[in-house]
Amino acid sequence: MTAVTGDAPAVGGGVLGQPLDSREDPQLLRGEATYVADIDLPGTAHMAILGSPVAHAKILSIQTKAAEQLPGVLKVATAADFTDVMPLPCIWIPGGVESHFPPHPYGLPGARPVLTGDTVRHVGDPIAVVVAETPRQAAAALAAIAVEYEPLPVVTRADEALADGAPQLHEAVPGNLNAYWTCGDKDRTDAAIAGAEVTVELDLVNQRTINSPIEPRGAVGDYNAATGEYTLYATTQGPHNHRFLLSALVLGIPFNKLRVIAPTVGGSFGTKGYLYPDMALVLLLSKALGRPVKWVDTRTGLMNSTVQGRDHRQHVTLAGTRDGRITAVRCTSYANLGAYPSTIGPGVATALMGRSISGMYDIDAAFCEVYAAFTNTVSLGAQRGSGRAEAAFLMERLVDRYASEIGMDPAAVRRKNLVPKEKFPYDNGLGWTYDSGNYQLNFDKAIELSGYADMPARKAEARTRGKRLGVGLATYVAICGVGPSTRMSQEGMLGGTWESANIRVHPTGEVTVTVGSASTGQSHGTVFAQVAADELGIDPDTVQVLEGDTQKAPYGQGTYGSRSYSMAAPAVALTARKIKGKLVRAGAVFLGVPEDKVVYAGGKVYEEGNEENTKTFAELAMAMWYGWGLPPEIEPALDETTHFDPPDFNYPFGTHVAVVEIDELTGETEVVAYTAVDDAGNIGNPKIVHGQIEGSIVHGLGQALMEIAEYDENGLLVSADLGHYALPRAADVPFFTLDKTVTPSPHNPLGAKGAGEIATVPPAAAVVNAVVDALADLGVRHIDMPVTPEKVWRRLRGESQ
Amino acid sequence: MDITLKVNGRPEQFSAQPNELLVERLRDGLGLTGTKVGCDTGQCGSCVVRLDGRSVKSCLVLTAAAAGSEVATIEGVTTPGGELSGLQEALRQEHGTQCGFCTPGMVMALGELVDSTAGGAAPTEPEIREWLTGNLCRCTGYHSVVRGVQRACAATRAEAPAGLPEAGTVAASTAAGQEV
Ligand code: FES
Ligand code: FES
Repeated sequence: MTAVTGDAPAVGGGVLGQPLDSREDPQLLRGEATYVADIDLPGTAHMAILGSPVAHAKILSIQTKAAEQLPGVLKVATAADFTDVMPLPCIWIPGGVESHFPPHPYGLPGARPVLTGDTVRHVGDPIAVVVAETPRQAAAALAAIAVEYEPLPVVTRADEALADGAPQLHEAVPGNLNAYWTCGDKDRTDAAIAGAEVTVELDLVNQRTINSPIEPRGAVGDYNAATGEYTLYATTQGPHNHRFLLSALVLGIPFNKLRVIAPTVGGSFGTKGYLYPDMALVLLLSKALGRPVKWVDTRTGLMNSTVQGRDHRQHVTLAGTRDGRITAVRCTSYANLGAYPSTIGPGVATALMGRSISGMYDIDAAFCEVYAAFTNTVSLGAQRGSGRAEAAFLMERLVDRYASEIGMDPAAVRRKNLVPKEKFPYDNGLGWTYDSGNYQLNFDKAIELSGYADMPARKAEARTRGKRLGVGLATYVAICGVGPSTRMSQEGMLGGTWESANIRVHPTGEVTVTVGSASTGQSHGTVFAQVAADELGIDPDTVQVLEGDTQKAPYGQGTYGSRSYSMAAPAVALTARKIKGKLVRAGAVFLGVPEDKVVYAGGKVYEEGNEENTKTFAELAMAMWYGWGLPPEIEPALDETTHFDPPDFNYPFGTHVAVVEIDELTGETEVVAYTAVDDAGNIGNPKIVHGQIEGSIVHGLGQALMEIAEYDENGLLVSADLGHYALPRAADVPFFTLDKTVTPSPHNPLGAKGAGEIATVPPAAAVVNAVVDALADLGVRHIDMPVTPEKVWRRLRGESQ
Repeated sequence: MDITLKVNGRPEQFSAQPNELLVERLRDGLGLTGTKVGCDTGQCGSCVVRLDGRSVKSCLVLTAAAAGSEVATIEGVTTPGGELSGLQEALRQEHGTQCGFCTPGMVMALGELVDSTAGGAAPTEPEIREWLTGNLCRCTGYHSVVRGVQRACAATRAEAPAGLPEAGTVAASTAAGQEV
């Protein structure tokens, strides 16, 4: 496919690219969808988990007798009950797949056991479980378990964990260093910085944040003694992946004895793709008790156990010429992996961040090094825009620093350094090769739409109202479409990252599409139906979409990194093309004409030049079902599957402009206007993507303005509920101005790029840039996130950071 | 203690512990799982129901304290699989729901706003946003929900939804979004 740029129509010209209403919405609006917490199997018992109240300690003893005797209690279990269960694997180890193999099983020194027996390493580290007749009885019994701890020293910051004499988390990991990882060309970058006309440096904290899907996690385990089969219902965004990890790597049960079902899932943003102890525990305990076992987390439990995001401390440097040409960028980052390596956390902290740092710019020399360390905090994982948001933040902060240093307009500096469109595919020198782009078009559109030229006048006007207006720009490239399996193995990913789809055409002409992906609120049922219907020329209402059940759906990795529309949807399209191909071959038989005279269009086949001689899709479906009169080389029935492994990733990009007003009296920062022009290639359903972009931006604004996971010096998570962890509310945001450019990706047949989380990548940088702009005349050069009123108020009064 | 409640118009009688929460009774006792639990602290609004017409967080109400009251839950807004209410229909047209977990609580809370302003002036955008501060949504960023309420309020006033966007296009009433 050639990369066309501009407002090109979406592929197909039929139902694909249309803003169809979400077919999932009515059920959700009526409250009729079934989430994990709503599942009520006959005979269900309820599990509660005892998490450690201390961040680091040796467990001297655990007394469970008193708890066992409480009313309704069926079982109390500790690590001693699960000695034959393997620890939870980490499947993304920076540095390539070799590191997955001996000397460490699964390459994971420090892996988390399903229950901790000897040493607890973060508040919430699971120590024991109770199963009881009711959730209240289970929760009450936790209080009767007596644990004796011997406190150990605590460390919660990555840089401190790597210092001499720091508390040690894992015997097998001396110095707490999980990985030292680099990308780019160090010598070239150091030389460019040493010889530069201008250099600027920043020390940045990309604070730890908590994703906080509104549905907490949950799991129901159901063991069938008659068949020896296990069923797990879980809040998962990757049921196949969880099936593989649990059966093959943790429980050691045959793959085909475990079925994983994702019912309706209430948001995830990365967190529900990870493997957690509770998933294994409900299965093991269901088998032990002969009853279904259910566990539903609380909000505070989620805050202390579900993976958290971001958390880098960085020293970053940019070099350039006096006239605004960027010549080098360098980043040294200390990443906080938390107490245990999560399923793919180490990869998020390294490759997803480091290889993205140069963003949309054409830079000759770039280098990133990451020290990924263990600390006494919750494990690190993905968070909407993960890795890429951290990268955009450092680069876009640097560009603003540089612009102010050389006295040039930040927009002009950016414009001058964008990768020119004739340079695609573009090797960014950090390991990614950008597939396609027209960055100038995108950038110019955002600048124009935001009214950037009018900002000086608006600043002056705001001052008359006691407000300081600031404007901040941020551009980004987000690697999406994970991914090419071989390429991911080079990144250290254990397992193929392809995606698959099956299409079955029923005798009556209706169609069932099954995909390995699984929605967490992205209206997959609507969009995948559009893809199949568009290819086959049929009514999307006749297309059913199934996913989220490993027994029904073909393999797939699931939803993460904005990959469903650029990985699963292409698999659907390619499968539909197989169906069409078969119908053309069969059509030749049914129409009595040679194959090259058969046309497939508008949901029927007909003879070229003679549309009278035709068969509709429904007629063909029935004929193929009967299978009468087919030559031996054409099998009856219409049932095809595709496994799609793209040649490379795809790279959406965009430009965002934040306008903030700071109240001189209170220090409060209000986002008063926000313009985003994103490019996600061809879009399947603009209405649904529009909603995802809006939600994504708010997520990014949350990090900029209010979100932070705060640990005290004892490793206690202070912000462990929604009263102490601020999430953006409706009154915190204005309506946005959104637009798009369309640069199809050449790496999949739909020309699609990732979309679901991309707009979370730049807002933090755009807002902080805007705040610094508003305060620049006070000598403010940087301000750490979240930009709280107190911080700004102090800066307004001349205090330093 | 023995308690009587009217839930979605139906009388319910049961005995409850004094510390039982209304949300537990609705979900576990009466099987009305449309009401969701998203937090432990009355912060998220997923559990909003209407108690004698006022929207309340059912995780903050003891069942005993609700004795004798009328409770309306999301299940009472439509019959199973039934026709959507005006507000639900407006939210559907604006794609005001993504994962849907916050949605029942939103519908119940916003239902009170739409009802209480019917016949008077339509709520302004800031008023709608202010009303929504008790309900957290992590997916939509609230924009489509706000547009949905504007659409619903316009419909109750039998006006054309003046200044309202076609879903997925420019919201002309403010500097809002173009199609993405
Ligand atoms: S569950 Fe009631 S407010 Fe969150
Ligand atoms: S739609 Fe997911 S939380 Fe609101």
